Amino acid sequence: MIRGRVIKYGDDVDTDVIIPARYLKHGSDPKVLSEHAMEDLDPEFKEKVKKRNIIVAGKNFGYGSSREQAPLALKYAGVKVILAESFARIFFRNAINIGLPLMEVKGVSKIVDDGDVVEVHLEEGRVRIPSKGAELSGTKLPEFLMEILKAGGLVPYLRRRLHAENSDNSG
Amino acid sequence: MSTAVEKILSRASGKEVTAGEIVEAEIDVFMIHDPMGALVEDALNEIGAEVIYPEKVVAIQDHFIPAKDIESAILSMRLRQFHRRYNFGAYYEVGKGGICHVILPEEGHVVPGDVVVGTDSHTPTSGALGAFAVGIGATEMAAAMALGKLWFKVPPTVLIRGEGRFKEYVHAKDLILKVISTIGTDGANYKVLEFDGPAIRQLEMDERFVLTNMSVEAGAKTGFISPDDVTMNYLSNRARRPPRPTYSDKGSFEEELQFDVNSLEPLVALPHSPANVKPASEIDEEIDQAFIGSCTGGRLNDLKAAVKILRGRKISERVRLIVIPGSRKVYREALKMGLIDSLLESGAAIGPPSCGPCLGAHLGVLGPGEVAISSSNRNFRGRMGHPDSKVYLASPSTVAASALVGRITDPREVVS
Ligand code: SF4
Repeated sequence: MIRGRVIKYGDDVDTDVIIPARYLKHGSDPKVLSEHAMEDLDPEFKEKVKKRNIIVAGKNFGYGSSREQAPLALKYAGVKVILAESFARIFFRNAINIGLPLMEVKGVSKIVDDGDVVEVHLEEGRVRIPSKGAELSGTKLPEFLMEILKAGGLVPYLRRRLHAENSDNSG
Repeated sequence: MSTAVEKILSRASGKEVTAGEIVEAEIDVFMIHDPMGALVEDALNEIGAEVIYPEKVVAIQDHFIPAKDIESAILSMRLRQFHRRYNFGAYYEVGKGGICHVILPEEGHVVPGDVVVGTDSHTPTSGALGAFAVGIGATEMAAAMALGKLWFKVPPTVLIRGEGRFKEYVHAKDLILKVISTIGTDGANYKVLEFDGPAIRQLEMDERFVLTNMSVEAGAKTGFISPDDVTMNYLSNRARRPPRPTYSDKGSFEEELQFDVNSLEPLVALPHSPANVKPASEIDEEIDQAFIGSCTGGRLNDLKAAVKILRGRKISERVRLIVIPGSRKVYREALKMGLIDSLLESGAAIGPPSCGPCLGAHLGVLGPGEVAISSSNRNFRGRMGHPDSKVYLASPSTVAASALVGRITDPREVVS
C-alpha cells in the first residue's frame, strides 16, 4: 500500500513539460532529471514533491515522446505513484519498465483534490480517500506487468529471469 | 476476418491473434538514435545480456548533431561506440544520414509486413509502407534487443477514409491536423489508425509518411497504410528484403471515419496542442521564426512545396526562415533541382540534415515570447525553446507563405 498526499494536474500533461528536451543531452542523470522535472508546467513542483508524493491527473497523462527520462524524472524527484483517468501508451510502458507504479482510475480527477491524502492498493486496484470517505477502483495491471513492477523494473526483472534460466541449464 | 496489423502480429508471434490479446512478436528492425543509444546500452549491460541480432539494428545520429556541446558529444560518442561494439546492420554517421524516420524508409530498411521498434515516438512513420512500427522506451529496447522479441497488446484498428482529392496547396499535414482535432489527442489511444480511400491513394510516399507519423499525436499506437503501386515503386531499388504485403479484411475495423478532402483547406494547430486547429485564414498572428524541416516537413516534396511559394521572392524582414533537409539524399536532390539556391535567394538559413529546432534543443531555439510556425509535428509548451514561446504547426506551403508575409498566412492568398 502506498499512502501519501496528492499533487494534482489536468489533462494531457505531455512529456515535454515533464522533462523538456533541453535536458535530454544529460542522458539519464538522476540529479538533472529530478532537478528539472515538471518545471515548464509547475515551477513549484520541486518544493511540492518534498511533502507530497502522489500525482493525480486527468486524461492522457504522459502524452508525446518516447523519452524514458519522463517517468525517470518523476521517480527520481520522489513520486511514488501516478493515478490518472488515462495514460498515453508509451509513457505507461516506460513507467512500469523503470519501476514507477501507476494506475488508471476512472473518476479520480473528479473526486480527489490537490493536497488530499490517498491510499493506493495497487495489487487490488483500489484507491481510498479517507477524508472523503470515498473508494475508487482502478484498472489492475496484468500479472506479468505487476511482476515487473515488483521486481523494481524491467532491468532487474530480466536480469533475474535470464539468470534463473542460466542456472536451470547448468543445474 | 482480420486487420492487417493482426495478420502481421500473427505472423510475427507464430499464432493466430486478434485485438486485445497479448503476444510476443519477433522484431524485424530495431532503430536507435543518439539521445537514447547510451540508455539502451546501459540497460543492456545492467541486464547482463547481449544484442542477439545486431544485423537487424539501425543506429542513426540525428537529434543533437553535429554535437552542440560536450554532453551531446558524449551521447553521440556512446552511440558510435555501441555500433562499433556490435557492428550493427546499419549506422548513419553525422552528415551521411539524416532524421531517423526519413532514413528508415528512404534507405529501404523497412518493407511491408515488418515489425519495427524504435526508441522514438514517431517510429510509426514507417507504417506508411505497410509495416507495424511502434515507438518504445530505452529499457524496453534493451529487453527487445536481448530477446529478439517484445510483448505487444494487439491493438484494434480504426479506419480513416479520405474521400475526394487534395486541392492545390492542401497537404497531408492539413488532413492529419483535421483528423487529430476531430478525434482528440487521445482519440486513438492504444489503437491503430489505418488510412485508405481515394484521397490517400492519390498521395506520394513523402506525404503518406506525414499521416502515419502524426497518428501518434492522436495517441495511436501506430499508423498504417496498406501497400499499393505507389508503395511498390518507392520500394523498388531500395527494399533490402522481400516485402510481405498485408491487407485488412473488409469489416475488420473497430470503427470507420470519413473525411472529405475536397473541402479541406490549409490548417494550423495553435499552441500548445496539435488538436487545437483552425483554418490558416482565420489566424491573425505575427511570427519571428519559420521552420521547414523535421520528420513531417523535411522531405523533397516539402522543399518543393516551399519553393513553389517562395521562388523569386524575399521573406519578411521580421522572420528567420530555417530550412533543414531531412536527409543527405533530400539535400543533394534539392541542390540538383536548384531548390536550395532558390531558398537561399529568398533569405533562408539552411541547416545540416538533423532534427534541428523541432525539439527545442539545437539549431533555432526560441526565446521568451517568440512565435514560430513550423512544419514539424508537436507544439507542446516549450517544445522549441523557452516555455513562454509559441509554436504553430502547418504544412510547408503555409509555413512558406507565412515566412513571406511575416504573419500566419493561408498559402492561397500569396499565389493568386
Ligand atoms: S524531427 Fe522532431 S519529431 Fe522528428 S524525430 Fe526529430 S525531434 Fe522527433
